[in-house]
Amino acid sequence: MNDTQVYSQLNEIFREVFDDEGITVDAATTAHDVEGWDSAAHVSLIVAAEMKFGIRFRTAELDSLHNVGDFAQLIQSKVGA
Amino acid sequence: MDQLAWLPPHPDLGAALASARTEDNPQALLATAARLSGFRRDFAATGRIDRLAQRAIAEGATPKSAGLAPYRVAVLASHTVDHLLPAMRVAGLSRRLALAVHTTAYGQYRQSLLGEDPALAAFAPQMVLLALDARDAPLELPLTASDETVEAAVAARVDELRRLWRRARQRFAAQVVQQTLVPLDPPLFGSFEALVPASPWSVVERLNAAIRAAARAEGVLLLDLAWEAARLGQGQGLGDAVRWHQAKQLVSHALAPLYGDLVARIAAAAAGLSKKCLVLDLDNTLWGGVIGDDGIAGIKLGQGSPTGEAFLSVQRYAAALGQRGVILAVCSKNDMAVAEAAFAEHPEMALKRADIACFVANWQDKASNLRQIAQRLNIGIDSLVFLDDNPAERDIIRRELPEVAVPELPEDAADYAACLASAGYFETIAFTADDAGRGRAYAAGEERRAAMEEATDMEGYLQGLAMVLQAREVGPAELPRTVQLVNKTNQFNLTTRRTTEAAVEALAADPRSLALSLRLRDKFGDNGLIAVILAQPEGDALRIDTWLMSCRVLGRQVEEATLAVLAEAAAARGYRALLGEYIPSGRNGMVEAHYPRLGFTPCDPPPGAVPEARFWRYVLDAAPLPPHAIAIETQREQVLTP
Repeated sequence: MNDTQVYSQLNEIFREVFDDEGITVDAATTAHDVEGWDSAAHVSLIVAAEMKFGIRFRTAELDSLHNVGDFAQLIQSKVGA
Repeated sequence: MDQLAWLPPHPDLGAALASARTEDNPQALLATAARLSGFRRDFAATGRIDRLAQRAIAEGATPKSAGLAPYRVAVLASHTVDHLLPAMRVAGLSRRLALAVHTTAYGQYRQSLLGEDPALAAFAPQMVLLALDARDAPLELPLTASDETVEAAVAARVDELRRLWRRARQRFAAQVVQQTLVPLDPPLFGSFEALVPASPWSVVERLNAAIRAAARAEGVLLLDLAWEAARLGQGQGLGDAVRWHQAKQLVSHALAPLYGDLVARIAAAAAGLSKKCLVLDLDNTLWGGVIGDDGIAGIKLGQGSPTGEAFLSVQRYAAALGQRGVILAVCSKNDMAVAEAAFAEHPEMALKRADIACFVANWQDKASNLRQIAQRLNIGIDSLVFLDDNPAERDIIRRELPEVAVPELPEDAADYAACLASAGYFETIAFTADDAGRGRAYAAGEERRAAMEEATDMEGYLQGLAMVLQAREVGPAELPRTVQLVNKTNQFNLTTRRTTEAAVEALAADPRSLALSLRLRDKFGDNGLIAVILAQPEGDALRIDTWLMSCRVLGRQVEEATLAVLAEAAAARGYRALLGEYIPSGRNGMVEAHYPRLGFTPCDPPPGAVPEARFWRYVLDAAPLPPHAIAIETQREQVLTP
């Protein structure tokens, strides 16, 4: 799965979770940039991504997410090329 | 796993949600949210439906106009539940409830109940759910602890819960619901686990057994998550270790829609919105094949073939539901004689013709037939569940009669019963001897109807029934059925006030008040507890807060006989008059003229009355009581002496 595909799916996830069709995320997006992205919404994003991509994140991986770029990279490493 | 497998999938839920967002009219928006809640949905879609509904209500939509009953639930938890609240509310919508949900910070449940929690007090919950988990308040027992030591520690823990339950009841008169514990730590001993009294799983199991027994004794309801965990199996979002370590979630987002539904169905049962009647299709639902084409010898049913056994399992489950008080009906496209012959002549039928309270087989459309079934049984059309293997028929009913619950069915009849069970349509807050006898009561109802058709005049028919109305002040024996009836009766219910066991007990104990339960028997059998009166002082009058009656005894002059009991009881307590109240609910139009019909005269509302209520007064001894054909048996020492 290439960058464009991952980000397109990620945008869908963000739009669903925050119920905002206007959201577009990129690698530099952080929790400060999205209204309502608190710790509860964070778990929602993780679970939504797990369901959408059919993957599972490890506890240690959840500790190392700082921005959407980290998230996208992690997803890519799990779904493979 | 599809956690809401009984709900139909929406062809394009995303598009429907996007288009709903542009709706400007709050009332229409709320109606749309309620409609979409009835489709299969994951947690993200559920969250979006919740936002629509919340916005609609914030912008002024009224739940009642959307056919939703408001109900307040407080969730007091030992783990994070905030992410589950939208799913509770949306499941509420799908069960005709507008749930307001209040929660406190996790782990604060003791302080909230034992100390002062102004926010909780202001919320005034009607239901308090104690959502605890197995890691909360561990018993700290050494692994070598004896059976007796474990027993004592479990009893002490459950005593603490009892105190919390009683406190919640006293402070809020709320229905308490206790969640059972799901083991979170893996077993230490494998299959040997249960042989060690203090092993983690042994302790959880024993706590759950003690919680269930205490709940039974205290009138507390259960959200039996432990059994749900056993049904779902591992890895379904219950006790997910990663979610626990990340966010102290017992139930993860992934399982939120189902968990929310488990909560909502209990709230629906408490609010009187559970389903009452299972309507069954015949061909390929109760047996394999088409009776009209294949004949009695040709349909697949019973021992000998896997298919036949699968359909037999559907029948057995339906029959068992009938025995617990669900009314059974048949709605089938068939010739009546052919369909009934299968019941009479097929040796393997688990369901008997006498189990079916209303049997409709003809070639009309099923929507009209379902309307007719509801009418003949005197129950609301929204209390029907319609089981049909044919997706086209299901689709038509969903469109024509959205208030009827129509479960999706799995491909294989072997899975029908489990699917029906998982939908939670018949969730209840009590099970009494009256429930067990209901099937017979409805069958006797058919005989009474036949007798009425034979009788030439109404008066003669009623006299011939040899009816006896038995009035008693509500005691421990009548309490569960009384509260159940108060909380589920919608049509013949003057005020639609719901209540709890604690509140009725308090009323029965007060010498100025009255909590009456009425039973009716006749020559065809016992109809059980069929009416309830709750009344308390209002100046010189006895104010009837609640008057309700089961619709299956309509048209039998029970109202007139009840008034006679009421007048006598009020006079014995020194009152000069009765004060009657009617609050329209949208579903109780049949009793709009109840009081004037009995001879009450309109009067001004007492202070504090709700604006839509109307009041009538009946001065005792001013005029003769209306006549009736019922013998009255009053428990003199209770009812007639304060």
